Amino acid sequence: MSKVIALTDIRRVFTMGDQQFEALKGVSYSISAGEFVAIMGASGSGKSTCMNILGCLDRPTSGQYLLDGLDVGAMNTNQLADIRNKKLGFVFQGFNLLARTPAVENVELPLVYAGLHSRERREKALAAMQQVGLAGKENNHPSQLSGGQQQRVAIARALVNNPAVILADEPTGNLDSSSTAEIMSLFTTLNKQGITIIMVTHEHDVAAYAGRQITFRDGNIIGDTK
Amino acid sequence: MDFLQTLKIALRALRTNKMRSFLTMLGIIIGIASVIAMMAVGSGASYVISQQIASIGSNIILVIPGSTTSGGLRTGSGGAQTLTSDDVKAIMAECPSVDLASGTVRSSGQVVYGNMNWSTVIMGGTPELFEIREWGIANGRGITQQDVDGAVKVCLLGQTVADNLFGSADPVGNIVRIKKIPFTVIGVLERKGQSPQGTDQDDTLFVPLRTAQRNLVRSQHTNNVGALIVKAKSKELLTKAEEEINSLLNQRHRITGGKEPDFSTRNLSEILAVAEQSSKAMSLLLGAVASISLIVGGIGIMNIMLVSVTERTREIGIRMAIGAKKNDILLQFMTEAVLLTMLGGLIGIALGAGGAMVVSRMLEWPTLISFQSISIAFVFSGAVGIFFGFYPARKAAGLNPIDALRYE
Ligand SMILES: Nc1ncnc2c1ncn2[C@@H]1O[C@H](COP(=O)(O)OP(=O)(O)OP(=O)(O)O)[C@@H](O)[C@H]1O
Ligand SMILES: [Mg+2]
Repeated sequence: MSKVIALTDIRRVFTMGDQQFEALKGVSYSISAGEFVAIMGASGSGKSTCMNILGCLDRPTSGQYLLDGLDVGAMNTNQLADIRNKKLGFVFQGFNLLARTPAVENVELPLVYAGLHSRERREKALAAMQQVGLAGKENNHPSQLSGGQQQRVAIARALVNNPAVILADEPTGNLDSSSTAEIMSLFTTLNKQGITIIMVTHEHDVAAYAGRQITFRDGNIIGDTK
Repeated sequence: MDFLQTLKIALRALRTNKMRSFLTMLGIIIGIASVIAMMAVGSGASYVISQQIASIGSNIILVIPGSTTSGGLRTGSGGAQTLTSDDVKAIMAECPSVDLASGTVRSSGQVVYGNMNWSTVIMGGTPELFEIREWGIANGRGITQQDVDGAVKVCLLGQTVADNLFGSADPVGNIVRIKKIPFTVIGVLERKGQSPQGTDQDDTLFVPLRTAQRNLVRSQHTNNVGALIVKAKSKELLTKAEEEINSLLNQRHRITGGKEPDFSTRNLSEILAVAEQSSKAMSLLLGAVASISLIVGGIGIMNIMLVSVTERTREIGIRMAIGAKKNDILLQFMTEAVLLTMLGGLIGIALGAGGAMVVSRMLEWPTLISFQSISIAFVFSGAVGIFFGFYPARKAAGLNPIDALRYE
């Protein structure tokens, strides 16, 4: 199977004044297309730092990152924005939807920046909302949706541009157990349809939905079930 | 990203904070409105002035007696009687750049008709006077050379005089008494309106020059005229004609060496130049007021845009994470700022035009709202948006997506 993500010796050093902190200390792993990976680890172990690099929101201090075979390190900010738009889908702990904007327009947002025309955008957004089971809620604003529904809008938004990978940083962190179960079964379904998912979580029962668990500690990987 | 979408996003952002958007626009609205209103009133004023100047006639030179010193007493300019009808004839004969000339005398007094009376300005003049001043006859006939030569006791009424003495009745053929002397009314002049100095030009009565010299003004010599009014052959010849008159009169009046001339000339292009200068000063002032108010308005816009960028840091983070490029964010905030100022500009234009119309109704003062002033105001309000929106927009575009996403 082809590698969607290949990290080699990724380091990330944060500099604050004269202090330096190495949040990632040479991380290497690769993820194949169609995998569902959970990233575990204690607070401060570098999970989010690693996810930000995977999401092309941050650059490693050193090391190589190949996304879908492309060397991301060599790209400029506009190219990275394009990569985020076309190859990645984000799901955040805090949903991060635009307030006072109908759900369907939130879902359309990546397509707006992809330059699609409004008809095509609406079609794809409606299909994505259908896929996450939110048909009929298109015109609700985020404040008119439950937490679980908001997270599903976010997932639809992540899906809508057919990304190579969906990155989810503690997607169930703000949800109760029944919403968590809903979201996780949605992820499972999507994964079965062939979508690659990488998800950070603290909870073992959530991580159990994934086919593979990678565990971080102090900027290193200490466990990988593969 | 297409521009329509950018516009939609900007409109939504402005609608979210309606009151704030409106208050932010207020600076621009007031600035633009006052500029439009003042420009309208100002160009109305210069229109009136140019009309009044035109009402005097074109290519005109006035020759007025200068001050004379007699026994140590200096009379003011115009106080002496140094010009004569012979000067007029000489100017007509010897100055090639002069088209027409007329001597005038001026007096004032009571005019009586039946039991009506009216105090007015009484002018003596020749037929040329009316040609020079481009002043037609509304009713009856004008003053002829025979009237002048024979010192006939006839008079022409200005509209104001005719209205006050005769009401709606026809004055022609009636006898009026001017300073107790009976005169036959031969005609009524066309309406002229106000002079640039603000006097009513129609509040005048004209009699033949010689009639006035003999009967209405006290002077040493009946040949004296109060002032000369001369028309040059063309605008280009105006200064040349003035020079010719000066040298001719200097010669005739034996003004040589250091002797002060006993007359002076004035041409109306000088008055025009003064009017132009004051309208230039006016537009300079307007420009200053406009730029100050627009700068103040612009700073308000910049301030609110900075607040808006801070408030919407998370939104910016989301957009960036999802694929917005720096330029998309820059354009979004610029569009918002320009939309604010242009909307403010439009409202300001409407308010200013409305205000000018109210002023023009209430004060019966003409106002001119030119397409030019409207388009300048519009373009300027847009430019203010671009100028003052750039810094906040650049700040937004320069945000780091991770920090922006984490912003609480
Ligand atoms: N911008 C930054 N500047 C300095 N240090 C940072 C920065 N971002 C993260 N760190 C540090 O890097 C380490 C890893 O942080 P990270 O956010 O990756 O942890 P995490 O594994 O996601 O933790 P949690 O489970 O609490 O979310 C932490 O010690 C944190 O203090
Ligand atoms: Mg984290």
